[in-house]
Amino acid sequence: MSVLKYESAVRAPLVDGHKTYHQVTEDIIRPIEAAPSRLWKIGFGISVALLLFGVYSVYREVTYGIGQWNLNKTIGWGWDITNFVWWVGIGHAGTLISAILLLFRQGWRTGVNRAAEAMTIFAVMCAGQFPIFHMGRVWMAFFVLPYPNSRGPLWVNFSSPLLWDVFAISTYFTVSLLFWYAGLLPDLATVRDRAIVKWRKRLYGVLSFGWTGSTKHWQRHESLSLVLAGLSTPLVLSVHTIVSFDFATSVIPGWHTTIFPPYFVAGAIFSGFAMVQTLMIIVRKVLNLQDYITLEHIEVMNKVIVLTGSIVGVAYLTELFMAWYSQNPYEGYAFFYSRANLLSPYGWSYWGMMACNVISPQIFWFKKLRRNITVTFFMSVIVNVGMWFERFVIIVTSLYRDYVPSSWSAYYSPTIWEIGFYLGTFGLFFTCFFLFAKWFPVIAVAEIKHILKKSGESWKQEQGVLEDKKVDEFEEVMHH
Amino acid sequence: MDVRKFVVGLFDDEKVLFPAVKKVRKSGFKIHDVYTPFPVHGLDQAMGLRETSLHTAGFIYGITGTTIALSFMSWVFTSSWPLNIGGKPHLPLPAFIPVTFEFTVLCAAVGMVLTFCYLCQLAPFVKKHHFHPRATDDKFVMVIECTSALTEADATALLNQVGAHEVHTQVAEAGWWLGTYDKQQRLYDESDIVVAAH
Repeated sequence: MSVLKYESAVRAPLVDGHKTYHQVTEDIIRPIEAAPSRLWKIGFGISVALLLFGVYSVYREVTYGIGQWNLNKTIGWGWDITNFVWWVGIGHAGTLISAILLLFRQGWRTGVNRAAEAMTIFAVMCAGQFPIFHMGRVWMAFFVLPYPNSRGPLWVNFSSPLLWDVFAISTYFTVSLLFWYAGLLPDLATVRDRAIVKWRKRLYGVLSFGWTGSTKHWQRHESLSLVLAGLSTPLVLSVHTIVSFDFATSVIPGWHTTIFPPYFVAGAIFSGFAMVQTLMIIVRKVLNLQDYITLEHIEVMNKVIVLTGSIVGVAYLTELFMAWYSQNPYEGYAFFYSRANLLSPYGWSYWGMMACNVISPQIFWFKKLRRNITVTFFMSVIVNVGMWFERFVIIVTSLYRDYVPSSWSAYYSPTIWEIGFYLGTFGLFFTCFFLFAKWFPVIAVAEIKHILKKSGESWKQEQGVLEDKKVDEFEEVMHH
Repeated sequence: MDVRKFVVGLFDDEKVLFPAVKKVRKSGFKIHDVYTPFPVHGLDQAMGLRETSLHTAGFIYGITGTTIALSFMSWVFTSSWPLNIGGKPHLPLPAFIPVTFEFTVLCAAVGMVLTFCYLCQLAPFVKKHHFHPRATDDKFVMVIECTSALTEADATALLNQVGAHEVHTQVAEAGWWLGTYDKQQRLYDESDIVVAAH
């Protein structure tokens, strides 16, 4: 018996079952070729209905103005910016999984990266709606771009964080889309080459850009993926950093803190992973992909959730500490009266946030709960509720009482059209996701094949047999 | 219509493919191309293809973006329309960092993807010759062109001998879509034995 271990005995296989390359293709592509299920149609119908309600809500807002929302003095930002930050945060997991985990050589990313990237793109699309429609005169939205104009030309203010947002969000969207689609090309070609029906062959022929799988193309594709990952890594971190600058560079108590960038980035990863869990748990079940999105995948993502949730918790406590330590009366008022005091008008939202984001994820210290699918599903929803509360707390509790008591606002609650806009983005998100899950390979087929002989179950077992041989026999087999 | 004739060999396993590539090149013949369902690491070296310079292009696009963003913002704030923002300096370099960074990434990413598509001749509605439909599924497809030095029979025998489990001949219309990667392929010589070891 040899003590030499080539394969980690601790790591579970990333692909369960004894798959061949062809089996992988079959498993992942077959749902695309089948007719949509009833469940899919119902889900899609609900999403489209929500989307239409959102479109009507936005129509009211555009026609009658921002007065359709309950924003007032001093709450100039309410649900709209809360939802913007919330969706952008959710949009962080995809590129994190595909870029940062690629650089860190985390093999498990291959099971979830494709769907997570798609989710990122859709979430950023939803996020973008809010600041655009918040402008009021949305037909003037192009004013945010620095283009030569007849007003001077009067340029945009390049030192404003709101303009940085324009650049950050649009760059993030573009780069994520390119990264996602570049990865999709080979898989779309797989769908094309399997197609028997003529229209499908044509459609995927167009979508796959004529990909052949040439060795030279793969070589460039690998180089492209690696560099895009290298570019996206700082990009992911920069986007939520810049979103946090919208608050941190202001002089509003509760916003004016240097802790915001890392705290926002951790929160973004936290909520993004939670959304990935919510979607993946449904997708693996509905599309029968349990062999590719295994319990192992769910467990590692839960580990990320407990880590980032705790980072967010530390940030909350640090804020409270600094509010006390600075002895600044305005900071103290914002934190100890408007937020942490349960009896203040919005105290419930602060403690809701604490319960959902900091306390409840701690159950993931227990392996049994990390590997429990029902618990994970509920937790993933709770985390996103909590993260919504976080943004609501930051925005509303800092704004509703100004420095001058005479300008304190009445209790802010949204109108139906404000809620409708939010529901509409859910509609947009799920409409896109349903279409994606039906027409695109939800798992990166080529990447799974690539790791199949390194982390598949068959390979692990073969290695186990090999490793039990004598060292020189093992060496003989490994090198020939 | 100008046509070219190819012998196509199908392999099941990359473990067979690597020695096969080595043997074909050792016999003094160039491989037209190998089509694989996923990136097989080391196959490009085994085939004698040079390293891609795509990342260098990415770097050039990136610094172009940096330069454009920085110089444009500086021009706007100092020359085109110097705006007094709370008496702050007209050239606030730290405030330019976010936009400069984002624009750098944008230029590098968009430029690289377009260059990638151009080099690989990938675009919607492009029609190419696909040697075997299962090259994107589970087969490794090695294609050798028949030339005056290598007849169809010889090429078929060669592919059979190196372990292809199915060999057939195809005729394809000559054109750019076939690629010219065999041109940059160096013939195998004894000094680079190491590259094809695995």
